[in-house]
Amino acid sequence: MRDAAAPAILRTKRPPDEILAIAALAALLVAAPLAIYPFLLAQALCMALFACAFNLLVGYGGLLSFGHALFFGWASYFAAHMAKGFGWPPELAIAAATLCAGALGLVAGALSIRRQGIYFSMITLALAQLGYFVALQVPFTHGEDGIQGVPRGKLFGLINLGDDFTLYYVVLAIFLFGLFGVYRIVHSPFGAVLKAIRENEPRAISLGYRTERYKLAAFVLSATLAGLAGATKAIVAQSATLTDAHWTMSGEVILMTLVGGMGTITGPVLGAFVIVAMQTYFSAMGQWVTVIQGAIFVLCVLAFRRGVVGEIAARFKISL
Amino acid sequence: MIPLLGITTQALFAQLLLGLINGAFYALLSLGLAVIFGMLNIVNFAHGALYMMGAFFAWFLLHYFEIGYWPALVLAPLGVGLLGMVIERTMLHRLAGLDPIYGLLLTFGIALIVQGLFQNAYGASGMPYPMPDLLKGGQNLGFMYLPNYRAWVVVFSIAVCLATWFAIEKTRLGATLRAATENPELTRAFGVNVPRLITLTYGFGVALAALAGVLAAPIYQVRPLMGADFIIVVFAVVVIGGMGSIMGSILTGFLLGLVEGLTKVFYPQAANVVVFVIMVLVLLVKPAGLFGKQA
Amino acid sequence: MKHILQAGAALALILAVPALAQEKTIRIGVLTDMSGPYADVGGAGSTLAAELAVEDSGIKARGWTVSVVSADHQNKVDVASNVTREWFDQGKADVIVDTLNSGVALAVSQIVKEKNKVLLNSGAASSDLTGKSCSPNTIAWTYDTFSQANGTGRALTKAGGDSWYFITADYAFGKALERDTTAVVTANGGKVLGDTMAPLNNADFSSQLLQAQASKAKVIGLANAGADSVNSIKQAAEFGITQSGQKLAALLIFISDVHALGLKAAQGLEFTETYYWDVNDQTRAFADRFSKRSKNAAKPTMVQAGVYSSLRHYLKAVEAGAPVADGAGVVARMKSLPTDDQAFGKGSIREDGRKIHPAYLLQVKKPEESKYPWDYARIVATIPAEEAFRPLSQSECPLVKK
Repeated sequence: MRDAAAPAILRTKRPPDEILAIAALAALLVAAPLAIYPFLLAQALCMALFACAFNLLVGYGGLLSFGHALFFGWASYFAAHMAKGFGWPPELAIAAATLCAGALGLVAGALSIRRQGIYFSMITLALAQLGYFVALQVPFTHGEDGIQGVPRGKLFGLINLGDDFTLYYVVLAIFLFGLFGVYRIVHSPFGAVLKAIRENEPRAISLGYRTERYKLAAFVLSATLAGLAGATKAIVAQSATLTDAHWTMSGEVILMTLVGGMGTITGPVLGAFVIVAMQTYFSAMGQWVTVIQGAIFVLCVLAFRRGVVGEIAARFKISL
Repeated sequence: MIPLLGITTQALFAQLLLGLINGAFYALLSLGLAVIFGMLNIVNFAHGALYMMGAFFAWFLLHYFEIGYWPALVLAPLGVGLLGMVIERTMLHRLAGLDPIYGLLLTFGIALIVQGLFQNAYGASGMPYPMPDLLKGGQNLGFMYLPNYRAWVVVFSIAVCLATWFAIEKTRLGATLRAATENPELTRAFGVNVPRLITLTYGFGVALAALAGVLAAPIYQVRPLMGADFIIVVFAVVVIGGMGSIMGSILTGFLLGLVEGLTKVFYPQAANVVVFVIMVLVLLVKPAGLFGKQA
Repeated sequence: MKHILQAGAALALILAVPALAQEKTIRIGVLTDMSGPYADVGGAGSTLAAELAVEDSGIKARGWTVSVVSADHQNKVDVASNVTREWFDQGKADVIVDTLNSGVALAVSQIVKEKNKVLLNSGAASSDLTGKSCSPNTIAWTYDTFSQANGTGRALTKAGGDSWYFITADYAFGKALERDTTAVVTANGGKVLGDTMAPLNNADFSSQLLQAQASKAKVIGLANAGADSVNSIKQAAEFGITQSGQKLAALLIFISDVHALGLKAAQGLEFTETYYWDVNDQTRAFADRFSKRSKNAAKPTMVQAGVYSSLRHYLKAVEAGAPVADGAGVVARMKSLPTDDQAFGKGSIREDGRKIHPAYLLQVKKPEESKYPWDYARIVATIPAEEAFRPLSQSECPLVKK
């Protein structure tokens, strides 16, 4: 991860470029449903938030998790079950499911940060696969049928989420909250230590930092935000299914982040929109979508390791 | 006939034997991964896709050229191994010196491309591959009916694994290989063409995967996704064994085949997850894996 | 000013034309698995079946505009829901056919009900679609877990296969199939000696097959589908199970699976279909027209035939005056009309949305018995329409008045 747009971020402490980029993105997203089908947009936002959460870990912590579907998928199940099975209002279901994902992140993180580099990736992948099979077995997830017909309900008992436009703006609020959260974390002292660990872990240790705690904290934060994305998606799509917990989802979130740019604030958002758009508009092409995704992976790794936003940022020597 | 936990010892033996057969596939695949990792420091995510290509290669040979199982056992690993070398030369090669994670991502992308292309061309349900005539039928061992082909799979893969171990640990070529892994600069100074060695090693690891694919073809349906989920289990096997040792990856492969076989009898619900659970336990007790050195 | 008026008039014309056309427009959406494990069961063949239904009905000659769109749901419920919503919200479909996956069908059925459209399910197996999740907008056409269990379970038990052992896919669908079959077996005087679970997408069934062999049961029931069925059948042949006298009963398998397996591995296998192409002149005539245009000249599966049959009936109901825009109205009209087409013959639709027709217990032929292409099975027994499906008295469907 060392060459992924790191210098630009380290140079300035709190660059206004990023704030501007976030503001521009927010403005664009507020206007977007006028042109694009809002239900699709709301789902894309959930994926974007998921990618941001993932980016927090890989882009700033240098930890490539290959099992983030574990948190996304399980939070989705929790939220769906709470909203449908327990009849909880959407805000409560989302909040509780997010916390559950955080707890799951604590367990998975504690196990996986015991190893570094590639081993870390493989362990997270295996843990997520474990979670997938558990989801297939336990009764409340309804196995391969998934949880269907999750009620969207009324936010705070007032706002009816049944309308696609209302729903979109609520999801947008959640998304911006998450995105800004990532921004604050990255630019906090904690984020600085995290970046230091990414750059050179032995040096961080010699400076007296207990790097494992930092890595674990980053993992838990990332899992929690991924959970927020998954829980929101359950309410948006009104269902929670095995798709969200499968390893292909872990692969997709990596692709989104890679395309947009690891270690950039807005890159993963762009990447998520690109991939979701591709999947939606090319869906008639069947398995060719998989081939294209694979080709993008190969292309990004060989030629655009910084991703789209990362390349732009590097070209103009700014931080986005 | 002594019953044990509701199952007779005879049935237990039968299940252990079956576990050993599955372990043969784990061993061949994790061995290939270990060889590649040792030399290139790359986790080859495309291993499952290349295993599938081995099976398809055998199917192509039979379907289009009427070349049977026995030649395929040699030709498929050669063909897929060559393709692997092309991949290494054209793509993986460029990642030298970068974070090894990029190798993982690249091979993941290659796996997606290969699996997608095969699914487009051959659908998902796959094609049957006939059993070679020589190995049809089976033996009644008293406690079970053992198909000849399964016995062949175990014997043959043990032989291949041992030969690989011998070649790497006990021969001059293997010594050069290990030296190049330890210190590529110094090895190059001794006049060894290290890049070529790397290419050949990748080709060899890939050929092992393709060989496993050919072995699997008559038992399982030859289908594009046959390696997709399988490879994740093999990853867990590799984590459990630790990537440090060739023998370690072979032993762990067979061992986990046995454990999985037992799980299928006593608690089949857990058969899918038992390898992952063991991985978690091993990580808690011995983070470097059973045979690995602390990284 | 004149220009503006002209433009206005042109605009009004443009807007008015679709409004007029709306009256006699039918938009069909084929939602199926185009690339996954069931692509040969439905897939492009389902789209072809839909096109054949439109052509055979001759409805276009009577001034109707009919469009057929299709999409791949990739067996993902979320993809299917998105496609369905988009089709409805953007006016691309009035009726959805096939679905071919229980999870997908249950999700789509809910959206269809919400938007008052029509779902003609042919491929999804869940009997819940006409049970506790039934809907006034949904018809389950071809088969369900109950009819499969009932067909194979009853006939085999009655024919002397009175002891069973199950190899069951360890998830909701497999368990439902085993449960339904167990009920049928015991009701007919048989007994179940045991069962073993195999994980989903299991590659190796040797362990389960060995246990089944050791159970000495007369019939080994395979409560699984897709690649799992194919793999377990193939390996059963390897372990010499059918040769040693035990019968293998695949509870959900399609003619396309038999084709993929080859007769050598599949011979002797017993299974239930509600449509088999080689039953009579009518079914053969439909199959011939289908295979002339299908990939590799494949004969239709029962799912593809169901797509054809259900759409023929839908078009008939619409032509009889049921307004396309009112999905529940069309379904009500479909229920009131008797069905008749080449693939399924005469039949009817019950109030719970269950289409009723006979089912056939088939046995896969030996390779030497197969005389012509796709001559794969012989009919062992025919289960009459009124006995093939779950009786209304047992239905959990709220639409059924008791």
